[in-house]
Amino acid sequence: MKFRTRSIHVGNPCDPATGAVVPPIHVASTYVQHAAGEWREFDYGRSGNPTRKALEQTIASLENGRHALAFATGMAATHCVTMLLQQGDHLVAGADIYGGTYRLLHKILNRSGVHVTLANSRDPEELEQALRPETRLVWLESPGNPLMSITDLAACVDVAKRHGVMTAVDNTFATPVLTRPLDLGVDIVMHSATKYLGGHSDVLGGVLVVNQDDLYDRLYFAQNATGAVLGPFDAFLVARGLKTLAIRVLEQCRSAAKVAEFLAADRRVTRVLYPGLPTHPGHEIAARQMDGGFGAMLSFEVAGDFEKAKRVVQATELFQLAVSLGAVESLIEQPASMSHASYDAADRQRHGIGDGLIRISVGLEDVDDLIRDLDQALDA
Amino acid sequence: MQKSTTLPPAPKKTRGESTLAVHAGEDRQKLGDSITDPIICAATFTFESTQAVVDFIEQKQPREEYGRYGNPGEKVIERKLAELENGEQALLYSSGMAAIVGLFMSKLNAGDEVVFFDECYHRSREFCKKHLSRFGVTTRQVKTGDYAAMEAAVNDHTKLLVSESPTNPHLSIVDLDRFAEIGRRTGVETLIDATLATPFNVRPLDHGVDYVLHSATKYLAGHNDVLAGALIGDNEKLEPVRALRGVMGAVNSPHNIYLLERGLKTFGIRMQRQNENGQAVAEFLDGHSRIERVYYPGLESHPYHQVAKETMRGFGGLVTFLVKDADWRETGKIVDSVKIPRIAPSLGGVESLIEQPLVMSYYECTPEERRQFGIPDNMIRMSCGIEDKEDLIEDLQQALDA
Ligand SMILES: Cc1ncc(COP(=O)(O)O)c(C=O)c1O
Ligand SMILES: Cc1ncc(COP(=O)(O)O)c(C=O)c1O
Repeated sequence: MKFRTRSIHVGNPCDPATGAVVPPIHVASTYVQHAAGEWREFDYGRSGNPTRKALEQTIASLENGRHALAFATGMAATHCVTMLLQQGDHLVAGADIYGGTYRLLHKILNRSGVHVTLANSRDPEELEQALRPETRLVWLESPGNPLMSITDLAACVDVAKRHGVMTAVDNTFATPVLTRPLDLGVDIVMHSATKYLGGHSDVLGGVLVVNQDDLYDRLYFAQNATGAVLGPFDAFLVARGLKTLAIRVLEQCRSAAKVAEFLAADRRVTRVLYPGLPTHPGHEIAARQMDGGFGAMLSFEVAGDFEKAKRVVQATELFQLAVSLGAVESLIEQPASMSHASYDAADRQRHGIGDGLIRISVGLEDVDDLIRDLDQALDA
Repeated sequence: MQKSTTLPPAPKKTRGESTLAVHAGEDRQKLGDSITDPIICAATFTFESTQAVVDFIEQKQPREEYGRYGNPGEKVIERKLAELENGEQALLYSSGMAAIVGLFMSKLNAGDEVVFFDECYHRSREFCKKHLSRFGVTTRQVKTGDYAAMEAAVNDHTKLLVSESPTNPHLSIVDLDRFAEIGRRTGVETLIDATLATPFNVRPLDHGVDYVLHSATKYLAGHNDVLAGALIGDNEKLEPVRALRGVMGAVNSPHNIYLLERGLKTFGIRMQRQNENGQAVAEFLDGHSRIERVYYPGLESHPYHQVAKETMRGFGGLVTFLVKDADWRETGKIVDSVKIPRIAPSLGGVESLIEQPLVMSYYECTPEERRQFGIPDNMIRMSCGIEDKEDLIEDLQQALDA
């Protein structure tokens, strides 16, 4: 079965008891057992829930993986991966990573005695130089956030494998519609399901997808032991969102490409960061690594300072001023004051997150309406 | 103390359809600064003071009062649907049938008559024939597409002309301009059940029809997980219908309303895919040696292809077909052999559904009645979802070859 068909049918069996086309939402926190000490498939809601499990099956199938785990948020999923590490271990992360991941690695994980290095993953050689004998995990994100930098996942996996280091990819921006990292040899795929998977700005969620049974067992153990599981109502909403994932993402990519072309040709804009533009440094890799589109996120810089960018993000009528991304509504924000405010100012500068930078998440609205809106806002 | 709050007229359509589907009817800045509308479960709404109640009754201040008379989430959906249909206002109901019944109960009195095209949803005709007849309302039916017969059936007592377009399961297309014109000429109001068309493919109000009806359960909600119905039309004509809804009580629930609003966000892209899948599946079946006939308005062989092409943007996901030289059991075997569509009534959702009308809806009819309704034993109706069309075609191929 193809992608769209799987997103609708895998993990969505008709309910055998009633024939309901949409599986019921199981809200039970505990499950009645037949006999003491003889556990049935489900025993307690933190350890497993049929609605959550159905969603995990769908996502595993979309990522071409064997197992998935659903979490309360994307950060909870990322945190679960870091619980595979212990004191003295070293982690290398790509530079252009989500601000919350940066914070988790630098301000929480460091307290457990795990050392973190940021490396420019756009260049696999630089990544390799950052590896140490005690490196246990390489954490990557592509496209990166907010500069839309492209990491060649297969090349980085090569490097990591040579050194016997595990790789994890935050695939939130690309979505399994465009990129399936497990097919490229990555060990763990992570998503903030809050974004494209849920797709409607109304759920917080996270997932991990893996192929290896033993790795799944270790992650499942950590999830069950620490408890940041996804609730059944939210699992239902994410599953419902997945049914339109492919058509949403592809339409949003088409619109983003048109918006990028518009901005690139506009004199009020000094720089556009979109992997679909041939001028983007990662364009060639993205064309290989992303299948059917270049994502629906893009950033651009306006001529002017912090205040100018601030005025622009406040002047749109359709784009709404909010962090987060990946939903049906188009959003706009200023990374320096919003999504990446948790980076230290120096790190922000070092990684090219300027004050005039504006990030947009292209939604499902008619693209002509979106372009008209940006056109008028750029005069602000 | 119900006071109906008259909604301001919906602004004329200025944005693209997808933009409307995502944003129309919603406040830009919402309660609690949420990006999505809250689910407001309140059965009742509180007043600050006695004076506030008086102000409300004197209509100085539009607001909610009691859940049966209105809910803030319901108003959002009603504005969204009104904008999508290019109408002034919409009324939301707990199901499509509740919407039909709501309109009929409001518009028809003892001694009145209603005229149907005979391919209209059978439960709405049945409601008139079996139930409204008890209250002295006469129902007449004429052959679908026979405009002269419809006009001839109108007399001084006629209050409503009713049709569906496309019809189900034959997918006949009504010439909406002609239909509306009969209403205007004879001074009778007109209703189109546009459930199968949706405002993506056609907007009946633009053709001069008075009321549009939707089983929003189908394409509008789109995920086979909500029951809902809606009427769209002028403020003036719908105001008494709204008042009666508050009395009869067939309102939708706040949870459903949220799922409907969420479903509508992807309405445009779902319809594109369903139009595309419907056309592809129809063309595949049309070329298959085991198929006797395909009913799909997008095929040139369809008797209403011309009018469909002229008035519709796409033809939807429903495809009806006849299996060559098959009795009802052999036909049922094909239905049983498909793997992706599930056997179920209903249509318009993201997952494909399939059914044999004889079994699903007409099993209790005599063969003579089925002949009258145009339901042969070898008929199958498939509602194409948004799966990959190659998968649907491959699945039908294996089922037909089995
Ligand atoms: C790329 C990326 N990864 C991870 C996260 C964290 O996910 P969540 O907000 O669901 O915890 C986000 C979102 O904020 C993100 O954009
Ligand atoms: C064309 C049409 N009209 C009306 C209805 C009734 O709608 P509901 O099932 O939402 O009451 C249906 C569906 O059952 C239908 O297919």
